[in-house]
Amino acid sequence: MKAFLIRRFGLLLITLFGLTVVVFAVSHIAPGDPARLAAGPDANQEQIELIRKEFGLDQPLPVQYVTYLGGLLRGDFGRSIRTRHEVRQDIRDFLPATLELVFFAMLLAVVFGITFGILAAVYRDTWGDHVLRLVSIGGVAVPMFWLALMLQLLFGLWLNLVPSGGRIALTMSPPTRLTGFFLVDSLLTWNWPAFRSALAHILLPALVLSAPSLAAVTRMMRADMLDTISREFVINARACGLPERLIVAKYVLKNALIPTLTLIGLRYGWMLGGTVLVETVFDWPGIGLYAVQSSVSSDFLPVMAVTLVIGLNFALANLLVDMLYGVLDPRVRQT
Amino acid sequence: MSSAAGTWWVRFREERQSQFHEWQRSAYAVFRNPLSVVGLAIVGGFLLVAAFGPGLAPYPEDAAGATHLDRKLTAPSAAHWFGTDEVGCDIFSRVILGTRLTLRISLIVVGVAILVGVPLGIMAGYAGGWLGELIMRITDVFLAVPGLILAIAIVASLGPGITNAMIALSLVWWPGYVRLVQGKAMAIRQEFFIEAARCVGSSRWRIAFGEVLPNCASPILVKASMDMGLAILGAAGLGFIGIGAQPPTPEWGAMISAGRNYLPDRWWYATFPGAAIFLTVLGWNLLGDGLRDVLDPRSRL
Repeated sequence: MKAFLIRRFGLLLITLFGLTVVVFAVSHIAPGDPARLAAGPDANQEQIELIRKEFGLDQPLPVQYVTYLGGLLRGDFGRSIRTRHEVRQDIRDFLPATLELVFFAMLLAVVFGITFGILAAVYRDTWGDHVLRLVSIGGVAVPMFWLALMLQLLFGLWLNLVPSGGRIALTMSPPTRLTGFFLVDSLLTWNWPAFRSALAHILLPALVLSAPSLAAVTRMMRADMLDTISREFVINARACGLPERLIVAKYVLKNALIPTLTLIGLRYGWMLGGTVLVETVFDWPGIGLYAVQSSVSSDFLPVMAVTLVIGLNFALANLLVDMLYGVLDPRVRQT
Repeated sequence: MSSAAGTWWVRFREERQSQFHEWQRSAYAVFRNPLSVVGLAIVGGFLLVAAFGPGLAPYPEDAAGATHLDRKLTAPSAAHWFGTDEVGCDIFSRVILGTRLTLRISLIVVGVAILVGVPLGIMAGYAGGWLGELIMRITDVFLAVPGLILAIAIVASLGPGITNAMIALSLVWWPGYVRLVQGKAMAIRQEFFIEAARCVGSSRWRIAFGEVLPNCASPILVKASMDMGLAILGAAGLGFIGIGAQPPTPEWGAMISAGRNYLPDRWWYATFPGAAIFLTVLGWNLLGDGLRDVLDPRSRL
């Protein structure tokens, strides 16, 4: 297991290095001139040259790459050509909002997905199972940004049950920053009004972001439960007279969770990608919205930074899943 | 001429009789599953609308940026089933005419992905060695970031527009096929019939594309059907955030993005294009699910 993890970690480093190459190459295939874009339509040649020098765009490509990579190793993502902000600072400001949203959505997807999956398997072929299946087939096909708009329209604008955008009420100051997660920070500082407001704001975006994953986890869990329930060791346990509840909770569930775990790891990365759409609809001030706003104005460095941060996050999540395998499945530990 | 073509067809059928029986059995199994039939019907309807869109749309000129300011933002009615937008164009006509565009985008994205990904996957899985290792490492790099994010990065660099969005989606879509085909090809490599082909002196290329490829066809077909839906979602997503198709192109995602500004009062503007996306993607997914149950039952989910 240890050797396996070391190999996995080595591959992770190679992949991340490759990602910097791809992202850098992508940002330099552009036919347009970023310096000209940043200087604005009225700039003369001299001003454009000045900007080109300022951002190092006058250097040959390999030199630019090495400079960029050197910066990355020091945690420096460069500066936005649009706002002149340090990208590192922007990421630090926006990343917690995205992670809070993704963690909350993942919690919903895992808790409800596994519960629904178990219920659908235990009560299979009842009307409840059929309803769950139909909903989960629909859940994978629905365009997330459209679902977001429709729920925002229904619950936010028409019924006025929840706020339709933002992270916290505009009239309220955010809780003292400890982790950057509003829900956690407001709890730690006993700031109940802020906690309630943050919870009301996160509900809809998290629900939308989790919907396709919730559907996928439900389907996977149901299929794996049914697969496990018909195995010999379950029949044996039944023959020994163990109560059905114990069989499902202790033996079937643990075995059925293993493939679902892989799916959850994959879904984490997928959700990070989905934040781009959900944050756009709900004005959620995270890195997804930041990437969209930067990409519309061809501001590469923030987009590159967001791509790399998401890649790193995703890679670490998959490493974590591989480690959890060892906990859940003793057979993996030996290899 | 026709009789020559006829004999060719009869000979072809005779030579491949067992395959034809297999196909018939598969088709029968697909038609027995009600959800697959629903999927097939939706996809069929989608293709028909894409083919005959200009004839079906009540106001075909509204797709190309016509303006009728006298009837802007009117609610759904008998004359305008889905209402009208901010320049008075009929949203129903624009949704119908957007079908062809959506079909073209998804076909190109999935087509390029298959053309690039499948040969690379066969090379990586069947040939293996350092070349296979290299292909898989590069594939891993592309799979390390969600496709939508990488596509946004590419469009940010190329500039917004429908062509660039298509290029970006094609560039991020192929790695999934490499993964799929590589795994399949590695498994097939051990089979006896590959050994047999090698014994009778078939070349590596002939084995790779004559023996390994046909045996990967089922999972590729299933994935392609699923991916048609996902590519539609991807293109609409890029259109929605403003870096895909630009107005007045009748692209569903861009229409939702424009309609968003008129919520909550003009709800029809964003609602109907989204419903079109949902229905179309649902059709491709149901069809893909049905095909998988029939062609590739072991790899469910």
